[in-house]
Amino acid sequence: MYKAMAHTSESKPSLIRWEERDGVKVAIRHDGRTPDQLRPIRMEVGVLSNADGSALVEYGGTRVIAAVYGPREAVPRHVALPDRAVIRCRYHMAPFSTEERKTPAPTRREIELSKVIREALEAVVLTELFPRTTIDVYMEVLQSDGGTRTAALTAASLALADAGIAMRDLVAAVAVGKVDGVIVLDIDEIEDNYAEADMPVAMAPNLNRVLLLQLNGVMTHEEFTKAMELAVKGINTIYKLQKEALRKKYVSVG
Amino acid sequence: MSLTPSTSIIVPKLKRHTMEVLLTRGVRLDGRKLDDIREIKIEPGYIERAEGSALVKLGETMVLVGVKMDIVPPFLDTPNEGVLVVNAEFVPLASPTFEPGPPDENAIELARVIDRSLREIKAVALDKLVLEPGKHVWRIYVDIYVLNHDGNLFDASALASMAALMTTRVPQAVKVEEGYVVDRSRYAGLLPINHRVVTVAIAKVANKLIVDPTYEEEEVADTRLVVAVSDDGRVAGIQKTGGTGYLTYDEVLRAVSLALRKAAVYFEALKKFVEPYRLELEKKLSESEEAQKPETELPRPLPSREREEVVEEIVHEEALSSEDSSEEH
Repeated sequence: MYKAMAHTSESKPSLIRWEERDGVKVAIRHDGRTPDQLRPIRMEVGVLSNADGSALVEYGGTRVIAAVYGPREAVPRHVALPDRAVIRCRYHMAPFSTEERKTPAPTRREIELSKVIREALEAVVLTELFPRTTIDVYMEVLQSDGGTRTAALTAASLALADAGIAMRDLVAAVAVGKVDGVIVLDIDEIEDNYAEADMPVAMAPNLNRVLLLQLNGVMTHEEFTKAMELAVKGINTIYKLQKEALRKKYVSVG
Repeated sequence: MSLTPSTSIIVPKLKRHTMEVLLTRGVRLDGRKLDDIREIKIEPGYIERAEGSALVKLGETMVLVGVKMDIVPPFLDTPNEGVLVVNAEFVPLASPTFEPGPPDENAIELARVIDRSLREIKAVALDKLVLEPGKHVWRIYVDIYVLNHDGNLFDASALASMAALMTTRVPQAVKVEEGYVVDRSRYAGLLPINHRVVTVAIAKVANKLIVDPTYEEEEVADTRLVVAVSDDGRVAGIQKTGGTGYLTYDEVLRAVSLALRKAAVYFEALKKFVEPYRLELEKKLSESEEAQKPETELPRPLPSREREEVVEEIVHEEALSSEDSSEEH
């Protein structure tokens, strides 16, 4: 699934080709997907025995593992809040997850993503049920092939559910993008490298709430509206897969 | 690691209630309408030592941006582009909640959002800041200095960054044996700009969308959406940030439309405060260039082996000064 590609070539490769299918012109992406098609997605809940909750999520070549510890006593104590739980979030990429080795020290990018992921989770976790505690959410990107923050959020919400922490809804996330002028769903690394825009979106699908939204790149107003519609479509599919993954663990146990 | 922050200022319950009641009547605590932006003042060229600078006041919020330039090898994957670096410092004198030390997640996020907004649409013509492809390019440091925090640091910082970049003078690059040195006593011209970009921050308070929130409003807000808008009316970046709340799907669409509309206010401010200064600067630079001409026309006698380098230097200066006329080297 994961394909390496030399980034040294100066000219931008063509990432969309147009094909006639049933008399209609269809955009075909470099890996054969149509613009509204997700990559193969795999989810597994409860993969780590030590964590209170955990999940492994794959979007194509992207593989992220998330673990939740808590609610547990806040250490150091002064970080605790009297009326709610503190969420501590770490999004981190393994040094071997990328083409070039990534330094294990947290980068500015990881610090920013940890923040926006935490803010997304704050909006669904019922933190007021666990005052003076912390809920730790750790996400490790094991292999990166685009859309790692969205896969991390999807995994984090599964791990929270697996830990039995009360939530208003699950969080499902996907990145949409604009590649060669076409709005596409679930962009991978090659597309991201040459995309005109990359837009990660996370939602609480059942409540129709947008929890994370970033746009890196340029879009017209119409393109943005279209990209949002496409994101919702992908998110609803991912949401179904999440529920299936949770059911699979607990039904087989039961 | 990112932690839930403890609410930094406690907005008393009564004040929050007043705010919410007022909002349902379409008024805010400071008397503004929901989509009003506070008074904007921009002072370009505030720091003479910097290659470009601007002090922005957005109501009580005060942000100073300085631009410095130097010459470095380019990144391996972009041998034909200059380097842009955006950094933000929340200096402790700006707010009782700011602590000394390296930038925290909020400062890093702010810098990265502004960086992307400028970079993705190619606001600065980095391709025109190459001295020798693959070897020597200009690096532009945009340093954002928050001096007083009364909310909406994003818009004030974006405005100050844009104003500073629009009035940045590129120093003269002088060729020496191993590369180039920067001569800041002379300028080759203004920094080439492709697009102007501003951000518009929209906060959600009591299920209402308000533009340009104050610190108090940000503290009460569920969340914010920062939308970068380019001078040609496109969306140049988005970041949902702050708070522990959400936006509904419809609120996102409404916020983006609102931002696209309100960006005109910031562009108007750039036109009013920065454009005249930029034109004046341009005039001054071309005059000083004239004054310098005899010097370059009558070079000091040189031993013949050095002559070749001097020719290169002059050719290079010409190339830089004609940057705006789409000529590349």
